[in-house]
Amino acid sequence: MMHRMREFRATATRMTVIVASVLTMCTAESVTAFVSKLEAQSTPAVSVAPLPGVDTILDARAKAVASRLRCPVCQGESIQDSPAELAAQMKSLVREQIASGRSEAQVFDYFTAKYGQWILLEPKPEGINLLVYWLPVVFLVVGGGGIAIAVKRWTRPKPLDTLPTGVAANAVATPSVSANAVSPPSL
Amino acid sequence: MNWKRAGLLTLFVGGPLIALLSYGMTRDPRSIPSPLPGRDAPVFSRVVFAPGNDGVLRLPVGDTVRLAAHRGHVVVVNFWASWCLACRDEHQDLSAVARQYGPRGVRFFGLLYNDQPDNGIQWIAQMGGQAYPALEDPGARAAIDYGLYGVPETFVVDQRGSVAHKFVGPVRPGELGALLDSLLKANPAASNPLPSDAPLVRTLPSGSKP
Repeated sequence: MMHRMREFRATATRMTVIVASVLTMCTAESVTAFVSKLEAQSTPAVSVAPLPGVDTILDARAKAVASRLRCPVCQGESIQDSPAELAAQMKSLVREQIASGRSEAQVFDYFTAKYGQWILLEPKPEGINLLVYWLPVVFLVVGGGGIAIAVKRWTRPKPLDTLPTGVAANAVATPSVSANAVSPPSL
Repeated sequence: MNWKRAGLLTLFVGGPLIALLSYGMTRDPRSIPSPLPGRDAPVFSRVVFAPGNDGVLRLPVGDTVRLAAHRGHVVVVNFWASWCLACRDEHQDLSAVARQYGPRGVRFFGLLYNDQPDNGIQWIAQMGGQAYPALEDPGARAAIDYGLYGVPETFVVDQRGSVAHKFVGPVRPGELGALLDSLLKANPAASNPLPSDAPLVRTLPSGSKP
């Protein structure tokens, strides 16, 4: 019986790990997006290649900005990826603004002033948008905690008087359990 | 787990989820809320490719229209294209509103979006003319400046130069008329029917082509 219990406990732990890793996979995307955003903010996009030409730098910066702007005539696509005419025109406008010396933040501000925050593929981590970034983490903690508690409860040996008669009769057969067990009323 | 707890759990998890999803059903996923109304209208400087009808506003082809020069007037900026079906629906209505409000000092301009001016000229001829001048917008720069995501879209700019309203899709003439009435009433001094900065009706110079 103890051996079987240990086995069950091991299976339960394995299950917890599986469920937790599925949950992690679900949230991983948003977390990596958040982390990559932090990285993108802390390191300038210029330092991509060691000694590139001015055009290469401008292209890389424009590309980085364009891939974070949503195409208004597509479904969930950046203007960098979209083949739409308006997307191409917006891309050339991004390139032009970057070339004229505007910073990435200024280009984002320009498009946000025209299309609202909708145009940003990644919402700014401020105000109600923080929910998008932190809710997955909260879910992970709450869900993981819930599962841990539930598994602990499932694997805890139940008092015998609450067990169905068939199981109790079976349990009585093992001496280690029957030692401190009250004999069930059916016997 | 007993039935009561299962029911409560469903209520607390499923309830908010259903509420959230039903709220989502009331919203149009394609509409993009514009931040422009209430802000200064993006200024543009665009070249006329179709002159407009006599009696409302007629500008020579090749002339440049600067929005800033029309400060003090209510301006209606309509983005359209010859390939746009909904633009056919609104064309008669918009021209009718222009004929009605043009003499009261409201300026109407059509900006061509992602289209060739030649196609635009053909389209206007097919539609039996247009009461107001049509302007080119190369590279859709003005369109992007106005946060355009489709045609037709129509912006109403008040006398102070800020965007009063944005219409998405074909203009509803009653709504546009009521808005123009309220704007003209709010600032009647500025709605001079005979402007001093540009003559209302100008004749085309002979043989003028862009």
